[in-house]
Amino acid sequence: MSEHEITLVVNDTEHKLVIESRRLLIHALRDELGYTGPNVGCESSLCGACTIHFNGAAVKSCTILAVQANNADITTVEGLAKNGILHPIQASFQEEHGLQCGYCTPGMMMTGLDFLKHHPDPSREEIREGLEGNLCRCTGYHNIVNAIESTAKKLASVTPTEAA
Amino acid sequence: MYPNRFDYYQANTLSELFDLMSENGDGMVEYLAGGHSLIPMMKTGLAAPDVLIDLKNIDELRGIEQNDTTTCIGAMECYADISKSPIVKTNCPVLAEAVGLVGDIQVRNRGTLGGNLAHNDPASDPPAAILASQATLHVQGPNGKRIIQQDDFFTGLYETSLEEDEILTKIEVKNIGEGVGAYLKKPSPSSGYAMIGTAVVLHTKNGTIEDARVAVIGAVDHATRLNGVEDALIGSPATHESAITAAEHALEGIEDYMVMEDLQASAEYREHLIKVHAKRATMAAIDNLKN
Repeated sequence: MSEHEITLVVNDTEHKLVIESRRLLIHALRDELGYTGPNVGCESSLCGACTIHFNGAAVKSCTILAVQANNADITTVEGLAKNGILHPIQASFQEEHGLQCGYCTPGMMMTGLDFLKHHPDPSREEIREGLEGNLCRCTGYHNIVNAIESTAKKLASVTPTEAA
Repeated sequence: MYPNRFDYYQANTLSELFDLMSENGDGMVEYLAGGHSLIPMMKTGLAAPDVLIDLKNIDELRGIEQNDTTTCIGAMECYADISKSPIVKTNCPVLAEAVGLVGDIQVRNRGTLGGNLAHNDPASDPPAAILASQATLHVQGPNGKRIIQQDDFFTGLYETSLEEDEILTKIEVKNIGEGVGAYLKKPSPSSGYAMIGTAVVLHTKNGTIEDARVAVIGAVDHATRLNGVEDALIGSPATHESAITAAEHALEGIEDYMVMEDLQASAEYREHLIKVHAKRATMAAIDNLKN
């Protein structure tokens, strides 16, 4: 089959769409559904600008076929803020000036959250290793590391449900 | 960057998979595991299958299970789950370490051990860990099951002894028991792939090395054991001095392999790395003995 009807649950909203087999998840999200938070950078699994959460895990949506994501639970950066209140990681990026042009930022935040789930109290070295799969062309890594470090502190002081 | 057009199917069981395979036998069929080698290759045109059969729904390819002397890892288990698995960390620490160094967080959340070994990239980490750890590779095809021992599996650059229509179903890794090991990687500064990856597993008795397995990848066209180093280690005391002496034998038999040469490093430099890393990885394994 070269065309498929799939269901994607994006940021708790269910979408049905018909796609070609070769449609990449990043393009289905951006071009068909309008979730333009995840960005198209290198398109070759290197830069991480397209990072989203796929059933809770950070993945590069340029390297997944949309059809592989049928029935998956997807979170994009648009799903982080709730009721107009920034997620702690968004607040931290703002406070720490963790972005310059902002292109890599959605991917940095989505990878950062997956990383913090497994490293709730990371060292700066661990943060740098954790962000290995995300590139910043503005070379603003120092403030990005600050932002992740600050997020870890914020998440440690809230209950798990609030942080989710 | 878009792949060429292809048909996509999901198989829910292995028998369904082989039915789909034979129904589509006229075209070029590829099995889709995590897709983190195949999809990039399809996007750049290096691969252009007519049909993709996705393995993600096949439960028979999942699970991590500890037995008396081995640990069985389903071929579709992803790097992240394997490297974080307490069972794998305890019983197959060298594999856990190597798998935890593949790519980055996002890649490890999707890429699978089975896909990795079947693809046999010369600069990837797991094949060396498999050779040093010892593993039985369980394989299935339309004509039934068979097993392949680790030393017969990796046959060349991106080549394995899998037949076209066969699939890796599970990787049965020998438990390290009282042994110790280490995986040492020198990543390419740009790509993160291994310029050299060295895996060592040692078993000692009263301070003497009784069994040694040392394997490298990255510097050569496919994972290979360093028999000269292993032979020199066996019977020697488990000391850094033995590691230094044994590493002098690192290039014995290397003429049977192609030493990689590219823009990043000459073959001469990579040969140097083989010697240095055989020494350092063996020392690291010996250090684990003391802990």
